[in-house]
Amino acid sequence: MSAIPRRSSHHAEPGTGRGGFGRSLRAEWTKFRTVRGWVVALTAAALVTVLLGLLSASSGHASCGAGPVEVACPPPLVGPGGEAVDDKFYFVHRPLVGDGGITVRLTSMTGQIRKPDVTPGRRNVVPGLVPWAKAGVMIKESTRQGSAYAAVMMTGEHGVRMQHDFTHDVAGRAGGVSRQSPRWLRLTRSGDTLTGYESVDGTDWTRIGTATLAGLPQTVQIGLFATSPGDLTVTQGDLGGSVAAARFTEATGEFDQVKLEGSTSGAWRDDDIGVTVGPDGVEHHPGRAGQSGGTFSVTGVGDIAPTIEGPTAERPLSGALTGLILVIVVAVMFVTAEYRHGLIRVTLLAGPRRGRTLAAKALALGLVTFAAALPAGAITFTVGGRILRGNGNAVLPVPLLTQVRIVVGMAVLFALAAVLALALGALLRRSVAAVVTAITVIVVPHVLATTSVLPDSAAQWLLRLTPAAGFATQQSVPQYAHVLGHYAPIAGFYPLPPWAGLAVLAGYTALALGLAVLRLRRRDA
Amino acid sequence: MREHLHAEWTKLRTLAGTGWLLLAIVVLTVAVSVAASAVVSCASEGCGYDPAKIGLFGVQVSQAVVAILAVSAITGEYGTGMIHLTLTAMPRRVGVLAAKALILVGLTLIAGSVAVLASALATRRILLANGFPADMLLLTSGPMVRAAVGSVLYLALVALFSLGVATAVRDSATAIGVVLGLLYLFPALILMVADDDWQRLLWQISPMNAGLAIQATTHLSSLPLSPWAGLGVLAAWATAALLGGGLLLRMRDA
Repeated sequence: MSAIPRRSSHHAEPGTGRGGFGRSLRAEWTKFRTVRGWVVALTAAALVTVLLGLLSASSGHASCGAGPVEVACPPPLVGPGGEAVDDKFYFVHRPLVGDGGITVRLTSMTGQIRKPDVTPGRRNVVPGLVPWAKAGVMIKESTRQGSAYAAVMMTGEHGVRMQHDFTHDVAGRAGGVSRQSPRWLRLTRSGDTLTGYESVDGTDWTRIGTATLAGLPQTVQIGLFATSPGDLTVTQGDLGGSVAAARFTEATGEFDQVKLEGSTSGAWRDDDIGVTVGPDGVEHHPGRAGQSGGTFSVTGVGDIAPTIEGPTAERPLSGALTGLILVIVVAVMFVTAEYRHGLIRVTLLAGPRRGRTLAAKALALGLVTFAAALPAGAITFTVGGRILRGNGNAVLPVPLLTQVRIVVGMAVLFALAAVLALALGALLRRSVAAVVTAITVIVVPHVLATTSVLPDSAAQWLLRLTPAAGFATQQSVPQYAHVLGHYAPIAGFYPLPPWAGLAVLAGYTALALGLAVLRLRRRDA
Repeated sequence: MREHLHAEWTKLRTLAGTGWLLLAIVVLTVAVSVAASAVVSCASEGCGYDPAKIGLFGVQVSQAVVAILAVSAITGEYGTGMIHLTLTAMPRRVGVLAAKALILVGLTLIAGSVAVLASALATRRILLANGFPADMLLLTSGPMVRAAVGSVLYLALVALFSLGVATAVRDSATAIGVVLGLLYLFPALILMVADDDWQRLLWQISPMNAGLAIQATTHLSSLPLSPWAGLGVLAAWATAALLGGGLLLRMRDA
């Protein structure tokens, strides 16, 4: 007799089992959806993100001079991996058919650097090498810019390196080069595999690394090269931000004991790969090469490396900050309004398991925000990118997977920020305090790090330690250890990798939510 | 007017939060300024940094607390329904707003002066140790005094601006969102547009960028506005917000 009511009471127990959570989730969704102001504000957040992004994209026109006429800038040069690259160097080369190799002795590496003018109008050029000046041996698919290659080289300050296809870099022995202590370099080809070696005496060889260049043609170019990237100086912009400038430099390598193996027919040919030709037909900062009695001298200007300068694909997404503030305000109100109107008592009566009720609220808000931010981000990113390119900007290309990560990552950033703001609202119960706290920890560090007079190191710490670290998900161009650049938040480079940045934000969100649950359980509503 | 002032002073004085917020203004300004100064060093061939901007950097963060103080002063009354009582007791609505504004300005000026003076004194040592030349850090030099006095006025104007916005908007969360959005988003917006003329224009109308021009002591010629004109821009924002808020307060039912 007593068995029946017991069972039925078990079924009627509110808020237990999976159904309980589903019901709370639905209740929270209904609360959100039926307040017109919140729905309007969230839609406005998405629209503002899109509109500001497209506006910013359409404000930037770029054109490149070709003599007297202005033409659209050519699309950026891409390497075998699809990334934008610089491929500019002086190449003394021969065709190599099939397998073979080259061995040289590098006896000196010198160069010059243009420094800021001391007396106006007089070029201030001093002898010296920039850290990533390069001179060495190379096997390249062809003399076409951006084609596959592998090279063994001496650098200005990073010792011997083996690099291939622009993004790959393996360190050899450190140290410099001089006539007293020359460096021997060797690069061999066997099918698609290229192997680099170095030696101090020409008899004892150490392997540096190997590169596999799939689909390398039967005939490739083999030879000596030199190049030298511009000397980077960074100054503060007048209106915030910073300006990076690169000044002319060149590097010269002296080689002797040049030995070729394999079928290398014909004479040496000189090519200034990618040299800039001015409108008057004169080459701008050309390289040069000389040869006497088996000694080669090669001088080059430029770089063989991925490009990190240029308009980035994520630029239109910077309007998201405005949308984010709207989202934060809505998220805080989503919980503080319950306290204001006393609705929280009804909510907690209906869902007495307070932790679970708050979790349902957080999940509902997170999902709604994600759903609003995802299309907004996708439209801003794709249409904005198209507008940028349409206006003649040579936008740095981004792989498809990275594009997806940027768009989805931004929606996750919005969702996490909303939940963090909600948790702060539940914790502080005061809208002003919660909105200010949320904005100061999520938006303000990003604004200060990317626009203010703060030095780069401080800006980087801000974006490592605060919830604003989540913005790292927007970065489309990676940082390369073998390219000297202005890797600072102000230039769009974040100190943490994308998912690590989001993890920091998620950590803060979890912490705030945990504290909010504790507070909700311990205190009367 | 004296009764208005007395009433508003009593209301603000007896709120538990007011004292803490004023303390937070001082502590945040000094702490953030000290932290910013500690990480900046001056290269031997000349400084890229403006010592006054770094030494008073905390103002950029503590202005958020000033905004809380100002926004709560009016939206708190709307939230609790106190505003009905206030307006019944003192039917001259503009007088109520003016009294609130005066009390807020007074409190902000006091807290701001303490904060700015403490920051300037605390960061001077650090900046000297980090290689800034002593003549750039002379606290009695004209530009330095302008930066310090201007920063205090900047905080007071932020308080007035926030009060105006909050009076117009009435909801606390929305008001603080609008104020912080207008303050902090302009710098990001400026970098979003690629066009130089638009950048200058946005800079000139941005309450935070133009307003903080008052802190500049170096490279004055490259600024789109002179320091005082920049602070004038923020004053214009504050006036417009107060006028709008006051007008709405008069015309609307509470």
